Amino acid sequence: MEELVNLYQTVQATEVLSWVSVGSVSDFPENAGACIKHKSRQIAVYHFTRTNKWYACQNLCPHKMEMVLSRGLSGDAAGIPKLACPIHKKTFSLEDGSNLNGEEYSIATYPVKIENGIVYIGFAD
Amino acid sequence: MERIILVGNGMVGYKFCEKLISHPNRDQFDILVFGEENRPAYDRVHLSEYFTLESPDELLMAPRDWYADNGITLRTSEMILSVDTENKKVVTHKNESFEYDHLVIATGSSPFIPTIKGSEKEGIFIYRTIEDLEAIQTYSDKLKAKGRYQSAVLGGGLLGLEAANASKELGMTTHVIEFAGKLMPRQLDQAASDLLQSKIQSIGLKVHLGKNSKEIIGDGETEAIEFTDGTTLAVDMIIISAGIRPRDELARNSGIAVGERGGIVVNNRMETSVPGIYAIGEVALYNQNIYGLVAPGYEMAAVALDQIAGGTKLMSPSIDMSTQLKLVGTEVASFGDPFVESEDAIAIRYENKQRGVYKRINISKDGSRLLGGILVGDSSDYNTLFQLYINGMKLPENAEDLILGQRGAGSKSLLGSVLDLPDTAQICSCEAVSKGAICDAIKSGCCQDLKGVIKHTKASTSCGGCKPMVVDIVKETLKSLGKEVKETICEHFEYSRQELFDLVKLNNTTGYDEALDTFGKGHGCEICKPVMASIFASIFMETANKQVAIQDSNDRFLANIQRNGTYSVVPRVAGGEITPEKLVVLGQVAKKFDLYTKITGGQRIDLFGAQLHELPMIWKELIDAGFESGHAYGKSLRTVKSCVGSTWCRFGLHDSVSFAIRIEERYKGLRSPHKLKGGVSGCIRECAEARGKDFGVIAVEGGWNLYVCGNGGANPKHAILLASQLDDDTCIKYLDRFLIYYIRTAGPLVRTAPWLEKLEGGIEYLKKVVVEDCLGMAAEFEAEMDGLVERYACEWKEAIEDPETLKRFKPFVNTEETDEELVFVPLREQKMPRPW
Ligand code: SRM
Ligand SMILES: Cc1cc2nc3c(=O)[nH]c(=O)nc-3n(C[C@H](O)[C@H](O)[C@H](O)COP(=O)(O)OP(=O)(O)OC[C@H]3O[C@@H](n4cnc5c(N)ncnc54)[C@H](O)[C@@H]3O)c2cc1C
Ligand code: SF4
Ligand code: FES
Repeated sequence: MEELVNLYQTVQATEVLSWVSVGSVSDFPENAGACIKHKSRQIAVYHFTRTNKWYACQNLCPHKMEMVLSRGLSGDAAGIPKLACPIHKKTFSLEDGSNLNGEEYSIATYPVKIENGIVYIGFAD
Repeated sequence: MERIILVGNGMVGYKFCEKLISHPNRDQFDILVFGEENRPAYDRVHLSEYFTLESPDELLMAPRDWYADNGITLRTSEMILSVDTENKKVVTHKNESFEYDHLVIATGSSPFIPTIKGSEKEGIFIYRTIEDLEAIQTYSDKLKAKGRYQSAVLGGGLLGLEAANASKELGMTTHVIEFAGKLMPRQLDQAASDLLQSKIQSIGLKVHLGKNSKEIIGDGETEAIEFTDGTTLAVDMIIISAGIRPRDELARNSGIAVGERGGIVVNNRMETSVPGIYAIGEVALYNQNIYGLVAPGYEMAAVALDQIAGGTKLMSPSIDMSTQLKLVGTEVASFGDPFVESEDAIAIRYENKQRGVYKRINISKDGSRLLGGILVGDSSDYNTLFQLYINGMKLPENAEDLILGQRGAGSKSLLGSVLDLPDTAQICSCEAVSKGAICDAIKSGCCQDLKGVIKHTKASTSCGGCKPMVVDIVKETLKSLGKEVKETICEHFEYSRQELFDLVKLNNTTGYDEALDTFGKGHGCEICKPVMASIFASIFMETANKQVAIQDSNDRFLANIQRNGTYSVVPRVAGGEITPEKLVVLGQVAKKFDLYTKITGGQRIDLFGAQLHELPMIWKELIDAGFESGHAYGKSLRTVKSCVGSTWCRFGLHDSVSFAIRIEERYKGLRSPHKLKGGVSGCIRECAEARGKDFGVIAVEGGWNLYVCGNGGANPKHAILLASQLDDDTCIKYLDRFLIYYIRTAGPLVRTAPWLEKLEGGIEYLKKVVVEDCLGMAAEFEAEMDGLVERYACEWKEAIEDPETLKRFKPFVNTEETDEELVFVPLREQKMPRPW
């Protein structure tokens, strides 16, 4: 289990070693999540159309270690973009992965860029 | 820098730390805290919740990091054995010593164990720490596995009853044994105790009063208790709750004065007999008393800190011991002096055995002041009465109104307005928050709403008993400032669900984004999106496939997400009637996709363990065989349960199955503020449990009786009669009106039962709306329902027929692979998710 958790570490845009193309913009739902798989990682991708911003984070919910976060609802709390896990509705910031319920566990986030209608996610390995 | 050493990291010790870090002179002090337990301070008041929590950490007053983050050195699992008062040093059990300038002792108390022969036997417990509860749970599990179920609690006081309830919840047959002739002898009179006794017996606890335990019998393990009257009671385990003893060993070992019956003697500055040493909480003997409640302990913490920091704060001369009993499924409260019946006092009592309510108030002879009282069965007036008592407020002309309620027209709150309370009135006694502090938090502009006030003042964060009053004060204060108080659904829409419903309707808003643009803000969230989805569905009968992104995640995938992220599939089986052919199909589909199969409590069949990508394939087969979505995932009509009725049953009066199917077919797919369930029984034997549902129909001579607003779940309620002896069509007509009225006016996630409770005028008013049509809207309601019924579509059929929709069920956007992380373990001849 620990191994699974360690697989997911936040990557800052400046640390990216490889940008992986994961599909075209239209493959992803608007204002909702979808999941992509890259090697052994499952990454949830969220597209906020009101600000036209994209976010990516681990699909693994650290609460009970289930691969579900891409299936949660998204939105914002006082302007911070967030998602709510579909299982127990714990919420996490999509900006920095922090836990918005004040609990200790948080999630890893990844940079996303769009070029010529293609969605890329940045990894540091 | 002066060093404070705090011995004891319990609730009061924690409060001392909390107050210290926000003290203006914080920088002058360095603090070192010793706690004998292995974890930081936790909430003992809510200790019994341990059994239902996911992790005991949820009980922590603050996580371990909090101490370090605030510059507090916390050393747990370290016990202080003595104090060298001369050299100002404490000595730990590891024989290390630490110097202090100020010493605060907050070592609490431990349960008192009466001397009973045999009390060293296995199976005897106390009820004070998380470890105690762990041990109780483990031992009771062991007993249950051996088929032994008898448990006894020695002591019928507040804590004993709480422990007894916990023991019962653990599945043990529980006996409460009390030495006195009544329960909660310090708080209740005989009549109140009698009523409480009958109430707790009705939830399955056994009560034995006037019993003096003599010996615990058993061969190594507890097997029975023998009483001094010669009788015995066979029990397999015992929880002792016979009062508390202050943990004053430390003081005794160090020459600090203690009382005759224990407790460290303190004055009104919380100073002990040795200068520079303070005692607070349950270990402190103040006014010759030990106070086993958090509120006085918190006050002591504030006083001790103020004194150390050079202030002049003193402890209140008299301590209020008013209490409310939690948890035992019935309300009990006592305040002030519950018993007085002296020359200058009169008791007024009200008892209604049928409703199970007893109320008593003691008032001064001239009728002007409230001295104390007792409430059993209904403590809704507690906060009001307590305020009248504690603030010594003048009573209304007819003091009996306080417990009988004002009869006659125009009844108003007995207190007048909460704003009439003096500013000094203590509203939250645990956190010592006055009415003035709450009002000021708002008036100064520092807080805008209830949430802010609670965060800022901490009112109602401890036992929560004062919450209703805090809510009222916040509401009234906002109102007095001309600010409207609204039940808004979240930060994105400043409206109630009913207002949003009307806004969508009036503006003919057709989508969520448009709603955000016209009367909302931000991106929305997991609260307002499903609420808006439900409103759009109720107005336009749109299915969950229309605005996918705002559906709650179960509706988005048209299935219930389960523990491991797989889904369950529940096709509709209207009225619970199913042909053998369809039953075979369910079996075949379950087998083909390897699904765990179970008959639900709603007379249908649930297939668990389907992966996201399998859902459309499963539904394709089900739909081809004539099934439809059962909406088990939606806040919508679930099932209309039926009994077999007059078609087969020898007692049946009418055909309940046919009627149940007709009703279920009519309302299937109907989205509502919360889920809706119905039932139809063929006679008053009520085998369909119709009165446990949001609407229940029961066959009687001459037609159907229609009951509404029942509920199972955590707060079961029987549905109430709305109309009797109806023919089929009238019954449906009334149901239409009732349902639309509910859908239009209820708050989000409010079932019909709590909705009716809040509806002004209650069932009588509902009858007027539905039966007498006092609003003149019956025709509109019926037409609205007809429209919705007409536009029904099976959302699963829609989904599998639309290639665009099918994309939703693809696990990954960038590959055709499926999720391999899923792990199942075998269960009997089926499977289940790996445990968490
Ligand atoms: C499957 C089933 C248990 C079973 O194996 O029998 C079940 C399963 C769940 N119930 Fe239930 N309830 C089931 C019958 C009931 C009943 C009995 C009945 O309907 O006659 C009740 C009491 C009656 C009532 O609702 O008033 C019941 C009262 C609840 C409640 C409490 C509702 C309340 O108002 O207090 C919840 C929680 C909630 O909805 O907030 C709940 C929630 C749930 C959830 C949805 C919890 C969740 O969010 O995952 C469970 C979903 C399992 C799934 O995905 O299928 N379930 N649940 C039953 C499905 C019936 C069906 O065919 O649709
Ligand atoms: C089940 C239960 C329900 C309750 N319900 C309510 C309620 O509804 N309302 C209410 O007001 N009160 C309630 N109480 C009482 C309330 O919990 C206590 O009044 C409160 O915890 C007292 O705080 P304290 O800090 O004085 O003692 P404690 O919380 O007991 O803390 C003392 C701590 O000091 C430690 N300690 C002792 N000696 C040493 C030593 N020599 N060195 C180091 N550490 C030491 C102990 O291990 C303990 O952790 C309840 C109590 C229980 C057990
Ligand atoms: S009672 Fe209902 S919600 Fe609770 S575990 Fe059973 S199925 Fe789940
Ligand atoms: S598994 Fe995600 S919140 Fe519990």
